[in-house]
Amino acid sequence: MKRSNRLRAPALAVMAAAALAVAACSSGSGASPSPGAATGTGTSTGSATAPLTASAPGITPTSILIGSHQPLTGPAAPGYSEIAPASAAYFAYVNAHGGVYGRDIDYKYLDDAYNPTQTATVVRQLVLQDNVYAIFDGLGTPTHLAVESFLNAQKVPDVFVASGCDCWDQPTADPETFGWQLDYIREGKILGQYIAQHFKGKKIGYFFQDDEFGMDGVKGLDDEIPSSMVVSRQSYVDTNVNVAPQVAALRASGAQVVVSFSIPAFTALLKLTSLKLGFSPTLAVSNVGSDPITLSGLLESFAKQGGATVNGNSLTNGIITDSYAPSLGDAANSWIALFKKVHDQYDAKAPFDGNVLYGMGVAYTFVQAMLAAGRNPTRADLVNAINAGLPQGPLVAPYAYSMTDHDGVTGAYIGVINNGALTPEGPVLVTDTSAAGAITPSTTAQPQAPASGIPAP
Amino acid sequence: MTTRSTPRVLGAALVAAVLIAILSIKLNSFRDYQIAEIAIEVTAVAGLTILTGLSGQISLGNGAFMAIGAYVTALLLLHLNWPFYLVLVLAAAITAAAGAVVGVAAARLRGPYLAGATLLLGVALPSVAYAYTGFFGGDQGLDVTFTTPAFLGANFPLTRWEAWVCSAFALVTLVLLANLGRSRVGRSWRAVRDDEVAAALAGVNVAAARVLAFVVSAACAGLAGGLLAIVTGLVAPGAFTITLSIALLTAAVIGGLGTLPGAVWGSLVIVLVPTYATDVATSHGLSSSVASNIPLAAYGAVLILVMLLFPQGIQGAVRWLLGLFGISSARDWRPSDVSPVQPREKEGTQ
Repeated sequence: MKRSNRLRAPALAVMAAAALAVAACSSGSGASPSPGAATGTGTSTGSATAPLTASAPGITPTSILIGSHQPLTGPAAPGYSEIAPASAAYFAYVNAHGGVYGRDIDYKYLDDAYNPTQTATVVRQLVLQDNVYAIFDGLGTPTHLAVESFLNAQKVPDVFVASGCDCWDQPTADPETFGWQLDYIREGKILGQYIAQHFKGKKIGYFFQDDEFGMDGVKGLDDEIPSSMVVSRQSYVDTNVNVAPQVAALRASGAQVVVSFSIPAFTALLKLTSLKLGFSPTLAVSNVGSDPITLSGLLESFAKQGGATVNGNSLTNGIITDSYAPSLGDAANSWIALFKKVHDQYDAKAPFDGNVLYGMGVAYTFVQAMLAAGRNPTRADLVNAINAGLPQGPLVAPYAYSMTDHDGVTGAYIGVINNGALTPEGPVLVTDTSAAGAITPSTTAQPQAPASGIPAP
Repeated sequence: MTTRSTPRVLGAALVAAVLIAILSIKLNSFRDYQIAEIAIEVTAVAGLTILTGLSGQISLGNGAFMAIGAYVTALLLLHLNWPFYLVLVLAAAITAAAGAVVGVAAARLRGPYLAGATLLLGVALPSVAYAYTGFFGGDQGLDVTFTTPAFLGANFPLTRWEAWVCSAFALVTLVLLANLGRSRVGRSWRAVRDDEVAAALAGVNVAAARVLAFVVSAACAGLAGGLLAIVTGLVAPGAFTITLSIALLTAAVIGGLGTLPGAVWGSLVIVLVPTYATDVATSHGLSSSVASNIPLAAYGAVLILVMLLFPQGIQGAVRWLLGLFGISSARDWRPSDVSPVQPREKEGTQ
């Protein structure tokens, strides 16, 4: 068997080549943490003239590198993929107008396709290889949960998670993590109170995503809607697009009002399947799944795939929802005017919808926090600045931020979709996440957007 | 049949271990994480390439086996807090048992029917996590805590430890599979793959051979799932979609079906091409809607190119290249003596 004695050479060749392939891919990327991180300029914010230093990983005298994981492809991409480019557009506007203490914000967001395994990979790439200063606006509950403990172990600020899960509010276990949008429990309570008051004696059905998002929402709804009114509770999983069984069950229960805690694609499926089954209850949809422009587009494209033509805008008419941001249709609102201006200049290809507004609003809040963190901030400075509380900005209610509370905005108003835009009904309501916590009208009016478009330091 | 001595395979594994150790120390933490990812992929793909390449059965459900291994690992670590290596071995064993059940059914099915049945498994099984949210954590999944052992010191990077653990398990798997492929079991698989009637006439228990291949493949996938659980720190159904099962098969085919080095090549492609393509796309200032789809396009392009140019996968190309330089024995370093693409090719050395 003469060939056996030549075995070693090819075996080694394979291994060596494999090793080289890995090594080659790492070239040009091995940035080490900037020296400032080690020497530590402490919390000294310095005077207005103090030189800009590399005060933390990701911060240089001229730039701030931040990262994010976003569903740019895959099932959650429709609508949500607009958020990060909108944030980047607002950062571009800030950079063009002097930046944050003269530093440009460099926003690197990577696609995780809404898959937790990929989230784990891209966030490690951002933190371990790109040395980002902070993770900003990481999108999704199951996805972000995959990296929450990693980020806290690494002491990387994990600010303004794009999910309303109550799980980001754990200041003791996860001191680096902060929510931003209205959490689903508060939202469920506000939506539930409206329904209990306006549909007395009617039969209510629930349609909700079978995860933290849907369950938290239902928890809030149940705090306000008497259980005797609820005739059916139907859940769906976001990997199964056939919701006909759930809709049929809702119809059979005789529900006159359906409250839906769903993502946009499943709000559209709920609406279309209801149409098909001749079921037309009053729809109340959580903010996450009710952006009229996204919804209208999804309704039209789904109907087209099924060989039908529908008018998306007329189908969304009458949907009851809530919003913690000013209505897009309110052109007189200074925040809408500001973000429309930034959108037209830096992100004109995207439709000016709720997702774009979200991306710009959360980016504005980040700039607020960075300015509060000081001229030469460490990572801890950013966390401390948010713990000290941030002034109300683009959202209609104040933030909850404190040492003991890492929830974001605390309230919303109810509105009805009318011709593709949200018409507000009633005042801004604020509450807390406890079952007994009262729902009260907000006592603070939303401040005007700064004329410069950039928060004051 | 040529016998290649176990010491040679062990030697190759040892060289690989040394190379990985050097790489893991030289490269940055994220590359260490990628080494761990590649090792996990290799473990799963090696099992699949044995199943499909040697025993001739296709599986579109190995992602589900990974899910079983991952959930077993998470649950055992969560509730019993046993040492991780023990948990991983148990995860492989329990998944192997699941593989036996599937294998018994699969042994009766052929071709597209087998593909369909395993596809069903790949699609349906992760949904069980939604049905018992209290136990499996639903969409949110289960947390897995994994830390560096005390003897390495407090400052030892976790990702390097993960790279070591995953690579060690992957190498042990490869050595075991290489031996198995050359053994009586491996020969019976090839016999069954090439001609069931002839194999049965020669005294091979066809059904047992087919079931055993499923068991081995499932054990590898279960181990890979367990490793994935400890490395990502979370086990959630969103990680085990049908895309994962298809990616495993893609890696096996790109690398070269039925060959263990092919499993390594395929895993390198699957893990590194998307990251590399993302880096290229984002560094060239493309609009985000274009840039985000480049990795998918690159993945597709690599798949098409490899299949057009090297129908026997990257390992086929490597063999061809080595052949050019007169190293004809290149084809020895694989458990398969007969390529599945040309099932009737006979070796003259019997």
